[in-house]
Amino acid sequence: MAKIIVVTSGKGGVGKTTTSAAFATGLALRGIPTVVIDFDVGLRNLDLVMGCERRVVYDLVNVINGEGNLNQALIKDRRVDSLYILPASQTRDKDALTLKGVAKVLEVLKKRFEYIICDSPAGIEHGAIMAMYFADAALIITNPEVSSVRDSDRIVGMLAAKTRRAINNLEPVKEHLLLTRYDTKRVEKGDMLSAIDVTDILAIPMLGIIPESQSVLHASNSGTPITLDRESDAGQAYLDVVARFLGETPPKREKKSLFTRLFGK
Amino acid sequence: MNLLSYFQNQNSQTHNTAAVAKERLQIIVAHARRQRDPSTLDCILPHLQQELLEVVRKYIMVDDDDIKINLERDGDYEILELNITLPEQELAKNEK
Repeated sequence: MAKIIVVTSGKGGVGKTTTSAAFATGLALRGIPTVVIDFDVGLRNLDLVMGCERRVVYDLVNVINGEGNLNQALIKDRRVDSLYILPASQTRDKDALTLKGVAKVLEVLKKRFEYIICDSPAGIEHGAIMAMYFADAALIITNPEVSSVRDSDRIVGMLAAKTRRAINNLEPVKEHLLLTRYDTKRVEKGDMLSAIDVTDILAIPMLGIIPESQSVLHASNSGTPITLDRESDAGQAYLDVVARFLGETPPKREKKSLFTRLFGK
Repeated sequence: MNLLSYFQNQNSQTHNTAAVAKERLQIIVAHARRQRDPSTLDCILPHLQQELLEVVRKYIMVDDDDIKINLERDGDYEILELNITLPEQELAKNEK
């Protein structure tokens, strides 16, 4: 049974698109058929981060409106087999996405892919709700910083009220906290909220900690998902996130990861 | 304040701000969670305030900010405090 995962945060600029690209690529690297959908209608950027911006012809809204079919809109990644991207539209019409339209597209994708990753726009408006509505699980991206933590809590509230699972009284959306742009040195100095602090406040299980890393900017500059950069500490951390998400214990590394040091798994 | 204490103050302001952040977040997040939890009084407060405002306005014109509702917790019990500020002119008229 295909699983739908929303990557969400409320606040902008915390790493939703970086995570969507990295996580989807990490799954596909294992040979799992994965598609990543950009729900940020009007401000599409997943294509740039994935390095396929020049191959976009049809998009999600075109498919919903029947202006192009799904196979025309899906972009096959050139580096990783079994990885596909469904870009967002650049239309300014905010209501271009409808629940009915999104449901129709997801139904077809579910037959073909094992994981469907939905990259949510920032905010708590229509687009964010469209991205989370059908989700089975959520990656809540949080920076160790007050506004991001508060917004994440707001998103937790919405996942518990505005999703298909909540409305139909089904088992709730499974929540995973992902702490990004983490700077151990600043945490040790008492300048930055620690991973333990953030889990105490939000009370969501921690899936992983991604260190602040120069390699993330290099990766997006060149349109390479960070999980394809084997040298990058952030890339390694994302691969561990994928492993933990699939229920594995990530392999021991020479240099222990932040997550292992703090949460001991 | 001498120069030395100025620098000491500077230092204390930037020291361990993460602990301050945690404390502030715990308070605000707990408050937000009570507001969306249907089993708490906090959840009904915004509605109650709006409806009270409508009832009072049938008789006296008051501003949005003139009705204040406050919920305080003290051990096992909660105190619901309601404060309506009436405009002075309206009162004078009614007394005549």
